[in-house]
Amino acid sequence: MENTFQHTPTAQELADLKARELDAICVNESELKHPWWYNLKYSAWGILFGIVFVKAEIISWFRIQEMFRFESFHMYGVIGTAVMVGLISVLILKRTKAKTIYGEEIHIPNKEFNKGQIYGGLMFGLGWAITGACPGPLFAQVGAGFSVIIVTFLSAVAGTWVYGLIREKLPH
Amino acid sequence: MLEAIKHPWPWYVAGALIGLTVPYLLLVGNKTFGISSSLRHLCAACLPANIKFFKYDWKKEAWNLFFVGGIALGAFIGATLLANPEPVQLAEQTAVYLAEKGITDTSSLMPTEIFSWSNLFTLRGFIFIVLGGFMVGFGTRYAGGCTSGHAIMGLSSLQWPSLVATVMFMVGGIVMTWFILPFLLTL
Repeated sequence: MENTFQHTPTAQELADLKARELDAICVNESELKHPWWYNLKYSAWGILFGIVFVKAEIISWFRIQEMFRFESFHMYGVIGTAVMVGLISVLILKRTKAKTIYGEEIHIPNKEFNKGQIYGGLMFGLGWAITGACPGPLFAQVGAGFSVIIVTFLSAVAGTWVYGLIREKLPH
Repeated sequence: MLEAIKHPWPWYVAGALIGLTVPYLLLVGNKTFGISSSLRHLCAACLPANIKFFKYDWKKEAWNLFFVGGIALGAFIGATLLANPEPVQLAEQTAVYLAEKGITDTSSLMPTEIFSWSNLFTLRGFIFIVLGGFMVGFGTRYAGGCTSGHAIMGLSSLQWPSLVATVMFMVGGIVMTWFILPFLLTL
């Protein structure tokens, strides 16, 4: 009965997983194929997430200024609590050897160090303080009706695209 | 009840719900939490242009696009049905500093003095709206993740490269806020 869903990945599938893993923390580790509407589970959580973003004012440029000026605890509280809850959850999932609701083993890929985390991280930090938004809040700011942020969002997509274009010339 | 929801939510409620995203995504489909990758999938879907970095089966990561679509929709709900009628309650020191720079409108979550269509074609607007976004998109991909992928997912699973990235995010933000923004805001 166990893992009836699993199949041995082909070389092509492995190569594709490798390409998707490249410089990305978020990767679909599941081997299962589902109809598209299974993805609505993620939309549902995204909706909750978007509401939290707005209601806790995480998408506010002002809150980011407070954070980087060390004049408010709010954002440190949010991120600190999120990390603690995430950490405890991962520990519990590992201890209990929990499986997904479809019976797959849970797998968290390891992140390998490269210089991009230094240079890219610095560049993102500089941009974060200007725009008051990391990628998640960009989607939320647009959704919340700040229409000009569509430009910021498209710029961020362009930044990602240019990175892809020149990544082999950058130090990693 | 609805009144309580309309007020700004405290940090521990928001932090806990965001943290629970990590086990939720793992349990419902073996997905690791991360948002900036959605920008890469959009590039791969819309304009791969034969670039190696965008040549992969992005449809396998479509869940991520459903997730960010939900974020935009949730934000719409939060800003309309559940909107807080009060202005943003800023820390007093921050408010004083920003007022010195001419930023006084705290009636919405974004300062209208900077982020508006009419400012887009000024030098200041271009830097804040266009250049800033470019740095966020380029930087997060170069770093291999953003606040969600590195600071929350990465730290939650005890990955030290994510700690390096998170420290660099903070260094970049602090340098910008203390040494560059005071000038940019006067443009």
